[in-house]
Amino acid sequence: MSDQVIAIIFFVAIIALTLGITAWASRQNKDTSHHYVAGGEIKGWQNGLAISGDYLSAASFLGIAGAIALTGFSGFYLSIGFLVAYLVVLLLVAEPLRNMGKYTLADMLASRFNASSVRSVSALSTITISMFYMIAQLNGSGALIGLLLGLPYWFSVIVIGILMTVYVVAGGMVATTWIQIIKALLLIAGTLTLSILVLARYGFNPLELFAAVENDIGREALAPPPPSGLTAGLDVISLNIALVLGTAGLPHILIRFLTVPDAKTARSSIVTATWIIGLFYLLTPILGYGAALIVGQDAIANANAAGNLAAPQLAEVLGGPIFFAFISAVAFSTIVAVVAGLVVAASSAFAHDFYTNVIRGGQATEQEQFRAARYAAIGISVAAILLALPAESFNVAFLVALAFAVAASANVPVILLTIFWPRFNTVGAVTGMLVGLISAVVLVLLSPNVLTGPNPEPPLTPIIPIDAIFPLTSPALVSVPLGFLGCYLGTIFGGRGAEREREQGLQVSYDEIRVRANTGITNIEQEIQAAAPAEEPRTT
Amino acid sequence: MERQDEWVRVERTQAFKDLVARKKGFIIPATIFFFVFYFGLPILAAFTTVLNVKVLGPLTLAYVYAFAQFAMTWILMHLYVSRANRWDDLVDQARREAAGEAEGAS
Repeated sequence: MSDQVIAIIFFVAIIALTLGITAWASRQNKDTSHHYVAGGEIKGWQNGLAISGDYLSAASFLGIAGAIALTGFSGFYLSIGFLVAYLVVLLLVAEPLRNMGKYTLADMLASRFNASSVRSVSALSTITISMFYMIAQLNGSGALIGLLLGLPYWFSVIVIGILMTVYVVAGGMVATTWIQIIKALLLIAGTLTLSILVLARYGFNPLELFAAVENDIGREALAPPPPSGLTAGLDVISLNIALVLGTAGLPHILIRFLTVPDAKTARSSIVTATWIIGLFYLLTPILGYGAALIVGQDAIANANAAGNLAAPQLAEVLGGPIFFAFISAVAFSTIVAVVAGLVVAASSAFAHDFYTNVIRGGQATEQEQFRAARYAAIGISVAAILLALPAESFNVAFLVALAFAVAASANVPVILLTIFWPRFNTVGAVTGMLVGLISAVVLVLLSPNVLTGPNPEPPLTPIIPIDAIFPLTSPALVSVPLGFLGCYLGTIFGGRGAEREREQGLQVSYDEIRVRANTGITNIEQEIQAAAPAEEPRTT
Repeated sequence: MERQDEWVRVERTQAFKDLVARKKGFIIPATIFFFVFYFGLPILAAFTTVLNVKVLGPLTLAYVYAFAQFAMTWILMHLYVSRANRWDDLVDQARREAAGEAEGAS
């Protein structure tokens, strides 16, 4: 019981700190631009920390440590894929997005396509992805807090739900960004301390830790599982496609590039984020194997079949109740920060894309837009809470994998082709997004995640006792190519051709897109005139 | 129509052409390389056992390959960023060239 009291003190301290930040930020949250993207005034290193905060969710901190503890090398795929994904973001997506976007992902698509259908479908996919991700986080947090503090699942979900609503409605993106930064620092401190405590038992030599794994757990924990047929192999590839491409389509990560003033700052924020995220993932084998050796695989699996409590359990053995409470509070701050970022992404898609630009045709006043943004945040939060309440028995990993697969299938093809394909048209964009979105969701519904059969292997829990129709647990191998194919076929067969669309004002010329994406020039007449007078003194 | 001309004017500057050529020259090979290197690990691991050998004490080749992916990410990132920061000058130059041309035309 005293352990729980200490844990509650830490939880309350974190809640007080984040609410303090929100109160401070609410004074800056004065218009739609601040609410959606913190006025585009975030500095590179701040945004880098905030990206790390947005990215290192409960799935990273709790999920990967547990996966490595229970399955060994296979769990490390998540770390590799989540990191290499930043090369896709950096090389292909981040700068054009910064140069072409304003508040949301749909803004970037709308800078080329002047069609409300493109905006609506993009808003739909943003809301769908964010919703799956939010349900996963709420679900994970409910289970975590339930086990740590003995509180019922519904109570935890509602408490976190109310917190995320307050952060976003009162503090907008400014509060969300600072909560991410604090959370990233807490998470780094917690993970580093935990890793040092583990390594201290093995002479501060990671190779000794690996040797202990080989001796006590077995060689197979250090190598990928031996090949076991085509389906299992394709499933590994499919998972890795979703991991490496999904990030470039996650709305709550992409909108972080709109909070900085220019492409250069977007780049420098990725450098900061990639170092923090990479170093964090490099520590995950120490946490995972440390937990397997020091806590024991049986004890981990008994506490949670997926191993999600491995890191807090390890903290308890190594550092006693106070450190256990600290690590649990870090996990809690991780979850509230990520859900706040997701609420911003989903509610901007609804308020800015759907309400302001589609329903009101872009004619809403600043005050109406600001009010819509706040109401949408409340609406999205309530919807996420209501959907998370009955989802208690769902597998968290399945929901996160679904979010990544939908992001990779629905958003990534359309983002890349909008930037790089001159012939792309509105029909192609809408078809591609819908095909990617629907195929990813339907394939997951037909997969062993949902059609589990009567006796699924843990950590899957039985949901529908029918054998799976689609054999892979991750749909990306099929749904990502389908997303690209939808874009291609829609463009070739469904449209009037990019040229006709330009004449009709449905899309701007590709010359403009090419120049905008590469230079960040938005208001061409003004910027060229501004450059002109400066020309003379410089050349003489 | 006027608006479109301005964009085309920027697009036709030598500086913009240089910018796009240099970007392509780095991004296309780098992207192909990291996708091949990245998918090499799961493909080899899922269909062969070549990565299961121990190479460094208890460390398997799979882990060495995995850590190499971290190194690759950081190295490619810094190679790109150091180049891209230099390319920013070309953007200003393209703006000035287009502006100079506009002056001359009017």
